[in-house]
Amino acid sequence: MSKDDKNKVQTTGHEWDGIQELNNPLPRWWVWIFYACIVWGVGYMVAYPAIPLVNKATPGLLGFSTRANVAADIEKFKAMNGEIEAQLASADLTALEPGSDLYSFGMNYGNATFAAFCSQCHGSGAAGAKGYPNLLDNDWLWGGDIETIAYSIRHGVRNTEDEDNAHYSEMPAFGDDYLEDEDIANVVAYVMELSGLEGAEGDLEAGAVVFEENCASCHMEDGTGDRGQGAPNLTDAIWLYGSSAEEITHSVETGPFGVMPAWGLNASFVGGADEQTVTAKINAVALYVHQLGGGE
Amino acid sequence: MWDYLKLVLLGAAAVFMLYLASQSRDLAYTVAALIGLLSAVVAFIYGLRGMGHAKVPKTGYLDGPVRAGVILTAFWAVVGFLVGVWIAFELAFPQLNFAWAEGYLNFGRLRPLHTSAVIFAFGGTGLVTTSFYVVQRTSGARLWNDSLAWFVFWGYQITILLAATGYVLGATQSKEYAEFEWYTDWWLTIVWVGYLLLYMGTLMKRKEPHIYVANWFYLSFIVTIAMLHVVNNLSIPVSLFGSKSVQVFSGVQDAMTQWWYGHNAVGFFLTAGFLGMMYYFVPKQAERPVFSYKLSIIHFWALIFLYIWAGPHHLHYTALPDWAGTLGMVMSVILWMPSWGGMINGLMTLSGAWDKLRTDPIIRMMVVSVGFYGMSTFEGPMMSIKAVNSLSHYTDWTIGHVHSGALGWNGMITFGALYFLFPRLWNKTGLYSTRLVSWHFWLATIGIIFYAASMWVTGIMEGLMWREVDAQGFLVNSFADTVAAKFPMYVVRGTGGILYLAGALIMSYNLWMTVKKAPLARDASAAAPAE
Repeated sequence: MSKDDKNKVQTTGHEWDGIQELNNPLPRWWVWIFYACIVWGVGYMVAYPAIPLVNKATPGLLGFSTRANVAADIEKFKAMNGEIEAQLASADLTALEPGSDLYSFGMNYGNATFAAFCSQCHGSGAAGAKGYPNLLDNDWLWGGDIETIAYSIRHGVRNTEDEDNAHYSEMPAFGDDYLEDEDIANVVAYVMELSGLEGAEGDLEAGAVVFEENCASCHMEDGTGDRGQGAPNLTDAIWLYGSSAEEITHSVETGPFGVMPAWGLNASFVGGADEQTVTAKINAVALYVHQLGGGE
Repeated sequence: MWDYLKLVLLGAAAVFMLYLASQSRDLAYTVAALIGLLSAVVAFIYGLRGMGHAKVPKTGYLDGPVRAGVILTAFWAVVGFLVGVWIAFELAFPQLNFAWAEGYLNFGRLRPLHTSAVIFAFGGTGLVTTSFYVVQRTSGARLWNDSLAWFVFWGYQITILLAATGYVLGATQSKEYAEFEWYTDWWLTIVWVGYLLLYMGTLMKRKEPHIYVANWFYLSFIVTIAMLHVVNNLSIPVSLFGSKSVQVFSGVQDAMTQWWYGHNAVGFFLTAGFLGMMYYFVPKQAERPVFSYKLSIIHFWALIFLYIWAGPHHLHYTALPDWAGTLGMVMSVILWMPSWGGMINGLMTLSGAWDKLRTDPIIRMMVVSVGFYGMSTFEGPMMSIKAVNSLSHYTDWTIGHVHSGALGWNGMITFGALYFLFPRLWNKTGLYSTRLVSWHFWLATIGIIFYAASMWVTGIMEGLMWREVDAQGFLVNSFADTVAAKFPMYVVRGTGGILYLAGALIMSYNLWMTVKKAPLARDASAAAPAE
């Protein structure tokens, strides 16, 4: 056993490739914290579910259960909001008074529900994106009064599984043998002229004829669209799929087919367990979206 | 006779690989078979060229794999960090997920490439390499079998190639840190059994009466990784000619097995293995005895006993039963002191040599490494506590935690070991430049601080934002709100990554120049085994 000069502690006498080991004792603080952790651990295992037995585990003295805690939380908010939620589910949306308790509740509920389920496409500020409508303006594809908004949320847009066949329409892909390239160029020029857009090259008169024969049945002769078919107004400055000549040409050639889930047809879509909750959520979101700026 | 047999086997393997490639059902599998083919052909040619040469008596230590290993460790470091920096910026600026590279270079494909490149390529090659060096020196014995040592070394590199090409081409089991598919798992199992035999064989023929503590840690790493790897990768290939396989476990059992594996990949790969590294290179570089033999024994056994239970803390508040979560949490908290035993032994070994901190940036690197080890092994138990976990889980805090461990502890101790090994392996008087080591030290340290601090901030912020509810119980923020709020911190994180990568590039240059330019040491006795 040699002495280590600097530490005045014995080494163990082992040596490997010049490495020696001192025989220092375990640091006291280390040992005591280690013991304390073990004691705490034993205590925790007595207090909380810990030891698996044959059919179940020891429940622990405190009766803690994460599932029970979640269930209790859900019950707590149900007890707190259940009554007013029922009122919202059966409310006449057109008659809600801003400032009333029910209105404020619906607004908060709608805001939170929108953030969880709608913001992925429409944006957390509801300003939308290319292909996903902006909900802040007053241009509505299917209608902007509060009941229509609620209907749109419940049935979604272009759902084949919806038995009501609600909000279903299809714009033909005119590029697939319906129209010649030249006709498409002309009609694009005509459509751009309708809303005062620049940058198109084509024969406006020929375009007007193409429009009359192919487009006017849905978009109307004056191009103002038809909410019954979800056919957008082509005379305003709002272009869901872009307003450049290329983008409009692409839309005419391929026929956009925007879809939205039918939030009311499957309760699991909105995390709601019962019809009342689902309806309350839909009403809340309708209320919230309606007051964003463009509600009619 | 054995030489001929070896050539026949390699030739057969090459033909077999060609057959597999011809039958392959997907690109990842084809590439894997071609890697196998190429490896067999190279080994065949190498064996053929060696035929007929007089056998040189094998004396001294076998340092060939160690020399190749330190070079590859530095190489994989740069690769792993580069991919990390890139995906950090992909998160900050999603436009960097280029449409033309969709399906190959988007975040989802590169993320496992990054984690595996750092953990298994950089860390793993570092562990295999240093363990070869350390076990020989501390046993006073040459590696048990030269061919086996080379097989383990190159076999492990082939595993890395199989895994990496698989990720980019979409072959994944979707199990974190165990993404590589069944054929890579099988191959790694063979290599790993070879590694275990080699290590045990070398220890058996040691000339020292006792087994040094570094070897306990290396051995626990090798044994436990074998067990974890086999159990977590129990899966049935859909076809022997395709990369897809199906897990044997499902649901919460699969999740539990995965995190039993995942946490012990941290515990035995990134902790026990690297403690082995620490226990050799810190006392060598400091030229000081290990602080406490008793502490090394107690914390070793406590650490390996406790770590194996800690996995369930990754699954708090999930389908996992409460009792399993409790066990995982309790064991994690009790693990705090056993983990710190390594930190105490590392830091106190330096007591009496503190003056070297001023002059030796390698010691400084090792001290910071052990410091980060202590920090993350305190943070880990804290995050395993259910109440803390309910805030931290799924947030960037976790990412910050693993990176203060990976960049701080694993990275820095490995850099220290590389700086120690290069001059010795090429018989040089010292490193090309100590000043560059200092640069590396500061760039890496500041990089880690940028990284960890930014992730703490965004992690706690997003945890608070996710749980924020108003008086009526409604969530206040949308998920997109939290993503938008994190943006500035994502840029800071990426910047930290750039600094860390720059440090690794400087290290690579310095090590290269050490081999090329540093003067030769006259005394070559370092290469002879102690008798």
